[in-house]
Amino acid sequence: MLGALELDVDLRVAPGECLALAGPSGAGKSSVLRIVAGLLTPRDGRVRCADETWLDTGRGIDRAPDLRRCGYVFQEYALFAHLSAWQNVAFGMRKDVPRGQRRGRAMALLERFGMSARCDARPRTLSGGERQRVALARALARAPRALLLDEPLSALDARTRAAASRELQAILAEVGVPAVLVTHDFLEAAALGHRVGVIDDGRVVQEGRPADLAMRPASPFVADFTGASVLTGTARRHDGGLTRVALDGGGEVSSTDGVDGPVAASIFPWEVIIEPLGSASHSSAGNHVHAKVVSITQIGERVRLGLATPQPLAAEVTRDSVRELQLSAGSEVTATFKVSATRLTPR
Amino acid sequence: MLTFLVLPIVAIFLESSPGKLISSLGQPVVQEALWLSLKTTALALALILGVGTPAAYFLATRHFRGRAIVITLVELPLVLPPAVAGIGLLAAIGPAGILAPIGVSFSLSTAAVVIALTFVASPFYVRQALASFGAVDATVVDAARTLGASEAEAFARIVIPTAMPGLVAGTALALGRALGEFGATLMFAGSFVGVTQTVPLAIYNRFSVRFEDALALSVVLVVVSAAILLSVKFVRGGEALGGVGGPRG
Repeated sequence: MLGALELDVDLRVAPGECLALAGPSGAGKSSVLRIVAGLLTPRDGRVRCADETWLDTGRGIDRAPDLRRCGYVFQEYALFAHLSAWQNVAFGMRKDVPRGQRRGRAMALLERFGMSARCDARPRTLSGGERQRVALARALARAPRALLLDEPLSALDARTRAAASRELQAILAEVGVPAVLVTHDFLEAAALGHRVGVIDDGRVVQEGRPADLAMRPASPFVADFTGASVLTGTARRHDGGLTRVALDGGGEVSSTDGVDGPVAASIFPWEVIIEPLGSASHSSAGNHVHAKVVSITQIGERVRLGLATPQPLAAEVTRDSVRELQLSAGSEVTATFKVSATRLTPR
Repeated sequence: MLTFLVLPIVAIFLESSPGKLISSLGQPVVQEALWLSLKTTALALALILGVGTPAAYFLATRHFRGRAIVITLVELPLVLPPAVAGIGLLAAIGPAGILAPIGVSFSLSTAAVVIALTFVASPFYVRQALASFGAVDATVVDAARTLGASEAEAFARIVIPTAMPGLVAGTALALGRALGEFGATLMFAGSFVGVTQTVPLAIYNRFSVRFEDALALSVVLVVVSAAILLSVKFVRGGEALGGVGGPRG
């Protein structure tokens, strides 16, 4: 099923804590979950949960998936098509709950997710949001010792996703077992994970609180992944504590980070101010870059501007300012952002 | 075109009358043929389901070198002329076959009929089962495993029910093929009343002796075949789950 994926990770999750593994597809995130659940056996590895060893290739221990008690929410939910919603939830109770009590228990769980009215429905008649809740209820039905969630929100539409995200946060807090969540979306990881591990090419490139990752990305990859724009160039330290970066392709920015040599400068879109060409207030604390508007995308009340500086730079402004500045694709503007908001990471 | 296809079937019913039908079906020769067909087909189906189901699941879910060749070999009897199948069985496990020296030899017995039916009908089931198992989503099986089901339980409770429409269709096709089997049975098992003379053989045998007996047996086969065809259509149409896609996994 997998070719040869190099995976080298060391992760610890406390009870009640949610670790979000974020990274591009193919980075090995899902494989981590499959190894924890016992659905995939690595050449070398160890998996432990509390006082139990689930996998230790060195000692020849490899506990079968059905004996590990992992609550697993699969990417497309993997509900049993020939069973109703409550039968899906009750499936995991066969070993622990007497036959007569299973329906009642399953109904109580579905009730908890506001799904009791749909208990007899087959999965294919359920909406995406309803399927997600049945899948969650099913994963919790067996009193899991660990919770594994593979892109639990990505199959949902944007509106359902916000509500489902809040609900999931509440559930994770309530269940109190270690949880590992996998997502390709940094904002989702930041919303649901107490800690976020950014995984790329089978390795965790940075792990920490979501805010730390956004503020102090350890690599251009992490910076890019957290949603910041990344401009490459060459840095040289100057007197007065400022570092000047000559950008590849033209232009110059300053930063308070002291680095020399090839660097990536990362700037968050909401730190960027757009001003008409020539009218920019030339304060010393600001970076001013000549930019051309390439794209204008509305996201709710905000508008995301794609800029060419000539390197790509994203800016987020209000709808009013787009109107005031009469911005359209091709407009030439000055992009301004604080020197202290320009993060440098060596390349 | 339609007339051409339907006319022979209509003719079978026009040529026979209820009175003649009942008197023919009362003939011991006819009854023995019916009973033998029922018995041998049931045994052959039991063999096909018992061995074919795990084999098809294995072929659908495991990838190994030579898998395509194995699948082609399994499907071979599908295109083999029945007479050739009969000769092949004789050459392999007949009285002078290559396995005869080690004591494995059948022919001119009811067991030989069962073997001929199994050989000829099995690909109809295995092909369908392979496609249906291949269409079962592997993560659904994974989900069952994480919910405490052993491999065997996941197979019985998730894979089989999900693939059921395809398995039923395959069983019906194999059943139809086994009931109508003529050439291989004749070559390998011969045509002895009560021992190897199944309904198709009895039809061939009776049509020169008593044409109405042949007609009566034909009526029975037409009715059974129509019932099989309808049941396949019903299962396929009624269930959206039926997997007839190509193997994957």
